[in-house]
Amino acid sequence: MIRFEGVTKRYAGGSAAVDDLTLTAPTGQITVLVGPSGCGKTTTLRMVNRMIAPTSGTITLDSRDTAALDAAELRRGIGYVIQHAGLFPHRTIVDNVATVPRLLGWDTRRARDRAMEVLDRVGLDSTYARRYPAQLSGGQQQRVGVARALAADPPVLLMDEPFSAVDPVVREQLQADLLRLQGDLAKTILFVTHDIDEAITLGDQIAVLRVGGRLAQVDPPERLLANPVDDFVADFVGRDRGYRALGFQAPPRVALAAEPTVALGASPQQARAATADAWLLVVDDAGMPVGWVQPAHLTTAIGPEHLHRGGTVARQDSPPRAYLDAALSSPSGRGVIVAADGRLAGTVTAGEVVAALPHGIPESLATQGDSTREAPRA
Amino acid sequence: MLASIWAWLIAPEQWSGSRGIPNRVLEHLGYSALALAIGAAIAVPLGLWVGHSGRAQWIVTATNAARAVPSLGLLFAVAMFVGPRISSDLAYVIPSLVVLVLLAIPPLVSGAYAGVRAVDPAVRDAAYGMGMRPREVLWQVEVPCALPLVLSGARAATLQVIATATIAAAVSLGGLGRYLIDGLAVRDYPQMAGGAVVVASLALAVDLGWALLTRYAVSPGLTGRSRPVRGGKQPPVRGVGRHEAPATSSRVLPTGSEST
Amino acid sequence: MTWVWEHLGDIGGYAVSHALLAGIPLVVGLLLALPLGWVARRYPPIASVVVGGSSLLYTIPSLALFILMPLVLGSKILDAINVYVAMTIYTVALLVRTVADALGAVPDATRQAATAMGYRGFGRLVAVDLPLAVPVLAAGLRVAAVSNVSIVSVASLIGYPQLGYYLTDGYQRSFPLEIGVGIVGCLLLALLFDGAIRAGEWALTPWARAGR
Repeated sequence: MIRFEGVTKRYAGGSAAVDDLTLTAPTGQITVLVGPSGCGKTTTLRMVNRMIAPTSGTITLDSRDTAALDAAELRRGIGYVIQHAGLFPHRTIVDNVATVPRLLGWDTRRARDRAMEVLDRVGLDSTYARRYPAQLSGGQQQRVGVARALAADPPVLLMDEPFSAVDPVVREQLQADLLRLQGDLAKTILFVTHDIDEAITLGDQIAVLRVGGRLAQVDPPERLLANPVDDFVADFVGRDRGYRALGFQAPPRVALAAEPTVALGASPQQARAATADAWLLVVDDAGMPVGWVQPAHLTTAIGPEHLHRGGTVARQDSPPRAYLDAALSSPSGRGVIVAADGRLAGTVTAGEVVAALPHGIPESLATQGDSTREAPRA
Repeated sequence: MLASIWAWLIAPEQWSGSRGIPNRVLEHLGYSALALAIGAAIAVPLGLWVGHSGRAQWIVTATNAARAVPSLGLLFAVAMFVGPRISSDLAYVIPSLVVLVLLAIPPLVSGAYAGVRAVDPAVRDAAYGMGMRPREVLWQVEVPCALPLVLSGARAATLQVIATATIAAAVSLGGLGRYLIDGLAVRDYPQMAGGAVVVASLALAVDLGWALLTRYAVSPGLTGRSRPVRGGKQPPVRGVGRHEAPATSSRVLPTGSEST
Repeated sequence: MTWVWEHLGDIGGYAVSHALLAGIPLVVGLLLALPLGWVARRYPPIASVVVGGSSLLYTIPSLALFILMPLVLGSKILDAINVYVAMTIYTVALLVRTVADALGAVPDATRQAATAMGYRGFGRLVAVDLPLAVPVLAAGLRVAAVSNVSIVSVASLIGYPQLGYYLTDGYQRSFPLEIGVGIVGCLLLALLFDGAIRAGEWALTPWARAGR
């Protein structure tokens, strides 16, 4: 657990980068620091591992005052991931990842074995080990950066806009992988970003900071979306709050309609016999949906080139947002819902999903708790 | 003409005794190596320090400006002032050595400084952030990353020193320059040209040596020799599947199922 | 100091010949280095040969090169052409790499925009690439100029008349002031070249001045 108590950082000239911050980042959760440029989020992060020294206030790590510990020792127990990874260009990937274990005194073999393990965890296979950072793409370098931070198994991770420098597709993958890792490892993570969407995706708890380093609101994402504390936060969280909130709710209680299907490779006659509707769902041998076709337009057996792939697919256990997107993006208007194993479970229309949504905001979210100071106990 | 040069080169007198080619080569290399060693001992730590701490940058500017001083002039000036004060045989060597050291310093400072500056700030930040102490950051990260430019500075300094040692024969230093200067004095072209060929070959051979050293001492990760293996042969990165709805939070709020 | 005033004429004369011996190779060297550097950028496999070859030449000590020139050129040892050619070789060796870097410093986006607008190869080179390459070129040229002024003084060992004459003469006659004149003369000349190149750069890059 990371605790900030009255932490202030003032620079010569009097301006405060961080102003009287009191915040708790609970153990085993991701706390996101978010805000516009100049709000002190990076400064706050860097005060945890003493890359910057606070002007006043204390920061404790599991009740130990960080100021009392030796800086290098402190940092060896904290994982640190920065924006451009900062990999050592002169070392191979595996040696990069093995850096902190080696600093802690592990012997080379053990450190390298551990490095290979962690690389595997972040999704890089063993052929990457002997390469050099210059040979990797930005996204791959970021993964190595995360691996490097995890190598010595620190309880705490500090991440400073780690995914900002990669393109959106890669960023999404990295975010998903971080959540997967966190599911396995349950680290205490302090994550800085300027992107509110990233904050909402990743944070168990989000701390919104104002320019000048004052805490505006700290809350779980659903409460932040439902109940911004003032205009600044409301503006910063942005529009689409209602839609985004759909990403946090339980799967909608809707009845799934059975959907006629046809297999890949079926003939046009079979397709036309399967349904009277303009669109027909095509599945593969394993029963997984692969796309839609229009039976009326088929002239030969159904092949991959005939498939309309526009519709997204939602898992049965996903939030209403996924259901709604599946329905809205489907050419037939019927969203494809699959079970956990990927097999077709049924379809649903947008109207059915919306009808199943709760009305208004639950009482627990709508009332104003004390969300500007202490974070709620996890 | 070529024939007489060749004749001079292979003549037996050239290969034995204290005036022979082998001896002169050793002298030349010896003075050069000594000057480089002393110069490096002064210049490299200085350049590393200025680059690392960011202070006293005027030192780098000053050493670069000092390159404008003609080396011949420096040799004559120092020989005239320092020479008479030394009474032993070293009277001929010390002034030249001083000048050689002075001339070796600018490229070495420049190389060390540029090398440390060239280290990516993100890399340095990551190194400190991971818990490396300043000394560990310097030796494990900054120096290896600075090495290409430091070695390049050393290579340039070597060039300068070998060339100036050649000229230093004019102030009575030994070495291969003797053939050039003595040959000039008596208008013996085969001697001048022969000596020129030998010293040019020596310079090239030493430069080649530096090139090989750089190739082996510098990490392949830095030279760009290991080209990116994009497109095609990339090993797969395991990540999210393609057709799932955009990644949204997997955490579900229990209260979402209530309807008020 | 009166000696200096008395010999001002001679000093001036030597300074002029020094300037020519250093300056003409600078210009000729640049003109030769431009196409070579362009080729080196355009055809990377040739680059290593061209750049490597020229840096090999630069490795040869100046006195040795001056002495070997008659062999290559068929001239006599005291012909000034030896110095001109040797200095040009040094200048080209230094500048080929600079030209390659300078052309590489032109932003890709700019270059592609120019091509898209209809500039053809050579036209684009002259109208777009070269002007934008001027800052890097000027920096390299300044290094070459200072280097040239210093190396030319070495030619006094063979007997060519230039400011280096005062160095050898001063040493032979144990006349420190004369050596001082030689050194200061070279420094002033180097400063002059440096200033001239900077002025040229300033004149050729109006956009850099426009700034504010």
